[in-house]
Amino acid sequence: MKELTIAMPKGRIFEEALVMLKQAGYKLPPEFDDSRKLIIEVPEENLRFILSKPMDVPTYVEHGVADLGIAGKDVMLEEERDVYELLDLQISHCYLAVAGLPDTKMNEVAPRIATKYPNVASSYFREQGEQVEIIKLNGSIEIAPIIGLTDRIVDIVSTGRTLKENGLVEYEHIVDITSRLIVNPVSYRIKHERIQEMVDRLDRIISKQSVL
Amino acid sequence: MSKLFMFEKPMGMRDTFPHLYKMKKNIRSKVENEMSAWGYQFLETPTLEYDETVGEASAILDQQLFKLLDQQGRTLVLRPDMTAPIARVAASKLLQDRNPLRLAYSANVFRAQQREGGRPAEFEQMGVELIGDSSVSADAETIALLVSSLKAAGLKDFTISIGHMEFVRQLFLQIVGTEDRSQQLRRYLYDKNYVGYRKHVESLPLSSIDKQRLMRLLTIRGNGSSIADARALLEGEQGTKPLAELQELIEVLQDYNVEDYVTIDVSLVSHMSYYTGVLFEVYADRVGYSLGNGGRYNHLLQKFGAGVGATGFGIRLDYLMEALSPQASEESSALILFSSERRKEAMELANELRAKSQSVISQDVRGVADVDRFTAQFKDVHWIVGQSGKAGGRA
Repeated sequence: MKELTIAMPKGRIFEEALVMLKQAGYKLPPEFDDSRKLIIEVPEENLRFILSKPMDVPTYVEHGVADLGIAGKDVMLEEERDVYELLDLQISHCYLAVAGLPDTKMNEVAPRIATKYPNVASSYFREQGEQVEIIKLNGSIEIAPIIGLTDRIVDIVSTGRTLKENGLVEYEHIVDITSRLIVNPVSYRIKHERIQEMVDRLDRIISKQSVL
Repeated sequence: MSKLFMFEKPMGMRDTFPHLYKMKKNIRSKVENEMSAWGYQFLETPTLEYDETVGEASAILDQQLFKLLDQQGRTLVLRPDMTAPIARVAASKLLQDRNPLRLAYSANVFRAQQREGGRPAEFEQMGVELIGDSSVSADAETIALLVSSLKAAGLKDFTISIGHMEFVRQLFLQIVGTEDRSQQLRRYLYDKNYVGYRKHVESLPLSSIDKQRLMRLLTIRGNGSSIADARALLEGEQGTKPLAELQELIEVLQDYNVEDYVTIDVSLVSHMSYYTGVLFEVYADRVGYSLGNGGRYNHLLQKFGAGVGATGFGIRLDYLMEALSPQASEESSALILFSSERRKEAMELANELRAKSQSVISQDVRGVADVDRFTAQFKDVHWIVGQSGKAGGRA
C-alpha cells in the first residue's frame, strides 16, 4: 500500500475535514487536532499530513510534494493550479462577495478594490465590463473602505457578521465556496486505487450528510 | 525594478553543471540509440521561428511563448515545442510523397513561467513524429517506442494513460447536441475540474439517464472493461469508431508486449483542440509532473499545407532525469602533474593514455595553488616533477 501525503489547511477547514476523515473510517490519533507539528505521520493508515496555510495547499499538490489536499474553492479560483478537483466536501460553506460602505458608488475614473484575491476580483469585474484597480491586502480587508483606501472590497463572507460590525454592506454575490479534495495529476494515475478508495469513502459521508 | 546582480539569470533559466551534463548526455544517448534503432531519423530546426506560423500552430498556450521582434518588426518565438517546426519542415520539404516519414529530435524548447520558479523555462525534449501514417499501428508504434525509450533510459516504474479525443467529443455531441456545449464539457475535463463537471451536468436540461451517462464517464478507468464500459455510454453507432481504434491499439500493444505499461483513461483531455485521436500522457512515481505526452494530431500538417495525419510524442529530459535520479559518477579523468623540465615526458604519457580513450588532464604544477586539495579530487595521479630519473613515479 503506497503512502499518501495530504496537505491540509490549518484552522477551521482542518477541523471539519478531520471530522469527515474520521467519519469515513480513517483511524486518526486523538491528539491530532492540537498538535503544533507541521508534518504528522499516521503509520496505522499509512498517511502523512502536511499542515500549511490555506493558500499554499494547491501549490504543494501541484508540485507533487503532497498527493492530495483540501483547499477552499476560493483558493482554487485564485491560484489556478494544475490539479484535479475531485470532490466537493461540502464543508466550510461561505461565499465571495463585493462589499463596501452603504450608499456609495464606485469611483468612475479609477474604481479601486481591496482584496486577498486579486485574480478572482479582477476577472470578476472584467466580466462585468468594468476595469478596476486591485490593491492586494493580506488581512483585515474590511478596513480598506472605512479608511478610504478603496471603494469596494472582494472577500470571503460566511455569516456576514464581520461586514456588519464594520459598517459595510454586501453589494454583489460572486460565487459560493466550499472545500474541495484536490489531487496531483501524477498521483491520480500512479496511486489511483488508494485515492479512489478515499474519494469513495468521503463521497459516502457527503451523500449521507446531504440527505440529512 | 532593482538593479540585477551579476549572478542572476532570467526566471526559469538554468545552468547545467558538468556532472549533470554527463548524466544528461548518458540518458540522451541511450534514448537516441533506441529511437534510431526503430528507424527514426534525427534532425535539427532553428531555435527561432515566426509567431504567425509555428507559434500559432503549436499546442503551447500563447502566454507561455517567449516573443521578440526581428529587424523588420515581425514577431518571432523561441520554439515552444518541436512538433510544429517539424510539421513545417515535413510539409514544405521532406514529405516528398505521402508515404510515412519517421523523424526524431532532441532539442531545447522554451516555455515562459509567469507565476513562480520551480519549473524550468528552457528544457530539453526528446521525441519522435511519425508523419503520413493514419493507421492505428502508427499510434501503437509511437507508444511502444515511448515504452522502450524509457526502458532504455533505465526507467522501470511508469504508466502511460491513453485516451481518445474523438470519443469524448462524439459522446458529448451525442448527449448535449451542439459543438459549443460539447466544448464546454470538454473544458471541465481539460481543467481537471471534476466537481465543476458534475455540477454543470446536474444543471443541464437532460434526462437522468443522459446525466448518468455523462457522470459515468469520469469513473471509467483501467484496462479490463474500460472500452466495453465506454461503449455502454454510447447510443447507436456514433462514437464507436474511436473505441474500435482504442481496442485495436491495445491489441497491437499486446503484440509489442508493452500492455503492462499502459492504461485506458477515456476521460483524458490534455489539450482543447490540438489532438484529433489517440492521446496519452506518461507518469512516473516520485515526479509530480507528467514526464511526457503525445498523440495523434491530424490537423497540424494541414496548417503547413500537407493534408496528412501524424502522431508522435515528446519526453522531457529534465523530468526523466528526476525520475531516474541517477548516481553522480565520480571524476574519472587521470591527472598528470608536471614540472616544466619534464613537460615533454608528461605530454607523451598523456597522449599515450588518451590514445587508450582514457581522459587525461595535464597540469603544470606551478599553476596549482593548493596541490594537496587539487590532487585529492583524482583517483589516478601521475607525478612527473623534479629532475628526470629521480623523484618521479606515481603517488
